[in-house]
Amino acid sequence: MIKTEIAVIGGGPAGLCAAIEGTKAGAKVLVIDENSKPGGQLFKQIHKFFGSREHQAGVRGFQIGEKLLEQSRELEIEVWLNSEVCGLDSDKNLWVVRDKKESIKVIAERVIIATGAVENSIYFPGWDLPGVMGAGAAQTMININRVLPGKKVLMVGSGNVGVIVSYQLLQAGAEVVAVVDAAPKLGGYGVHTAKVCRAGVPFYTSHTILKAWGSECVEGAVIVRLDNSWNPVTGSEKFLDVDTICIATGLTPLSELAWMAGCKFEFIPELGGHVPLHDRFMETTVSGIYVAGDISGIEEASTAMDEGRIAGVNAAASLGYIDDDKRKKMTEKLWKRLNSLRCGPFGEKRKSSKDRLLTFRGEA
Amino acid sequence: MLRVENHVVLGKIQRGRKVTIIVDGEKVEVFEGEMIAAALMASGKKVFRYTKKHGKPRGVYCGIGRCTDCIMTVNGIPNVRTCITPVEDGMVIKTQRGLGEWRSDTGDD
Amino acid sequence: MTDTLKTLGYPSLDELKSTPGYPGEDIQKKGPVAIIECIEEIPCNPCETSCPAGAIKVGDPITNLPRLIANKCRGCGRCVAACPGLAIYIKDYTYSAEKALITFPYEYFPLPQKGDRVIAVNRRGKPVCEGEIMEVKLLGSYNKTPLVSMAYPREFFEEVVSIKRLEGEG
Repeated sequence: MIKTEIAVIGGGPAGLCAAIEGTKAGAKVLVIDENSKPGGQLFKQIHKFFGSREHQAGVRGFQIGEKLLEQSRELEIEVWLNSEVCGLDSDKNLWVVRDKKESIKVIAERVIIATGAVENSIYFPGWDLPGVMGAGAAQTMININRVLPGKKVLMVGSGNVGVIVSYQLLQAGAEVVAVVDAAPKLGGYGVHTAKVCRAGVPFYTSHTILKAWGSECVEGAVIVRLDNSWNPVTGSEKFLDVDTICIATGLTPLSELAWMAGCKFEFIPELGGHVPLHDRFMETTVSGIYVAGDISGIEEASTAMDEGRIAGVNAAASLGYIDDDKRKKMTEKLWKRLNSLRCGPFGEKRKSSKDRLLTFRGEA
Repeated sequence: MLRVENHVVLGKIQRGRKVTIIVDGEKVEVFEGEMIAAALMASGKKVFRYTKKHGKPRGVYCGIGRCTDCIMTVNGIPNVRTCITPVEDGMVIKTQRGLGEWRSDTGDD
Repeated sequence: MTDTLKTLGYPSLDELKSTPGYPGEDIQKKGPVAIIECIEEIPCNPCETSCPAGAIKVGDPITNLPRLIANKCRGCGRCVAACPGLAIYIKDYTYSAEKALITFPYEYFPLPQKGDRVIAVNRRGKPVCEGEIMEVKLLGSYNKTPLVSMAYPREFFEEVVSIKRLEGEG
């Protein structure tokens, strides 16, 4: 049995930022991550981030990851890798399995859940064939493992993940045969679609995948046009010669531990599904349990990091490490930064959804 | 060539020393520290297992240890998530059929 | 008015001309100038903060579209490397009697080399004409976004935005 003041579950952008703020305030923090390396999904993000200087605009995701790791090392934050959190209760007892061998109970005074998200699937004949994979999986393969999952790729979904991964597949040397989206309009930032477009990749709106073809693995795909009611138009089928099909149809928060601990949830499709209710300080309905990053609603690494900081600051403050005045000031400053990322036609939907969460807590 | 040797943003690939793993009885040269799934993909392997009921092929799906589609039998232990398990010299890896079988030895079955 | 950004993926000239970052024809033809192809209000302002001449204004909120103050722009190209969306070029109509020059971001290996004859492409990636690489530049401050300068026939001034990707490994 081990005791800690703040246990952070997940060492991605949100978790690391939470741990850094908590430690800077003086709290004893333990970060627990099931992977063999910390950083979560930051290291596969090789594009330059948007935002302004305070959001590290122009810095590439993996470079931000390196900075966070450096800061964590300087602060001597304890990080358990290869460690799975298998259980969490409302008294903030954690059941951790380390290295698939050792079962340990961790008793924490505060818990910050920053477990991230998992990619959604869509279902079509052949969706389970080897060669069909999440767009994020392909991104991990090319940018972390430096292996191409295939040479000719169909991207299903034109949100930012779909178009960014398409671009990165081109950078890694693959051919992107097409990007399809069932919606009549492309979902991702126009600057992303434009750079993929000028590389010669065709976009098909109001199109979806009808089936993946192949015996042992993907050998082709059939796409089809959709009418105004989203029904396939007979005769519009088109065969594409591809060996890989990437699915970029959104993400779902990885919220099992929050459910287990008894946090109240709300279903908010714009944020990826069931999301734990939380207040402006990122605290859930279970006292002392906080959330940050994609688990609290699917957004992006930049917002995840600031949410993590808010959670870290407030968890430490609730333990007495930061006085109330300073806590409020720090929190407001971070909220201002978050809000500047959550404006404009792309951010407003997320902001209003996030605000809805606060309404449930009576804080809007 | 499936390995991304050089990259405009990431530079030259950094990797460990060459080691040998045994995949379904065949020797395959891979790089120490890389994930089993990546090493197999680089060698052109796409089918990692066959399902229990219908014997359908499966490969890498999520790449981050969530979906368990890429599980294989590694050193006699079935259901190992190959996308988050690094290779080690001499590792014996087998395409898994169904739920696999626990074995104390790692020899051929 | 044709809108293509959200259906085909690239901005049409109509869409570009309705934004404050895309300079008018008279300005484009006067000399080297930044052409900003940013037509959606996304939260981003490195173009503004990278410009040493104060020629790009985003302001607050950072979702404002960037506005080019053309008479301040010296065509230095820092914004080209700074834009995370790779949506800015420098174009110079006055490069020579027949040729224009474009400096664009190019994040692919292999990189073209000075003197290479390449295929210039339009916003859809379709071949337009031949171009000649005049310079390939990668400063530390560009943070791994190489800038490529290419001379190409003036008659395709507005259409050309990049080159066809080169074959081969990095």
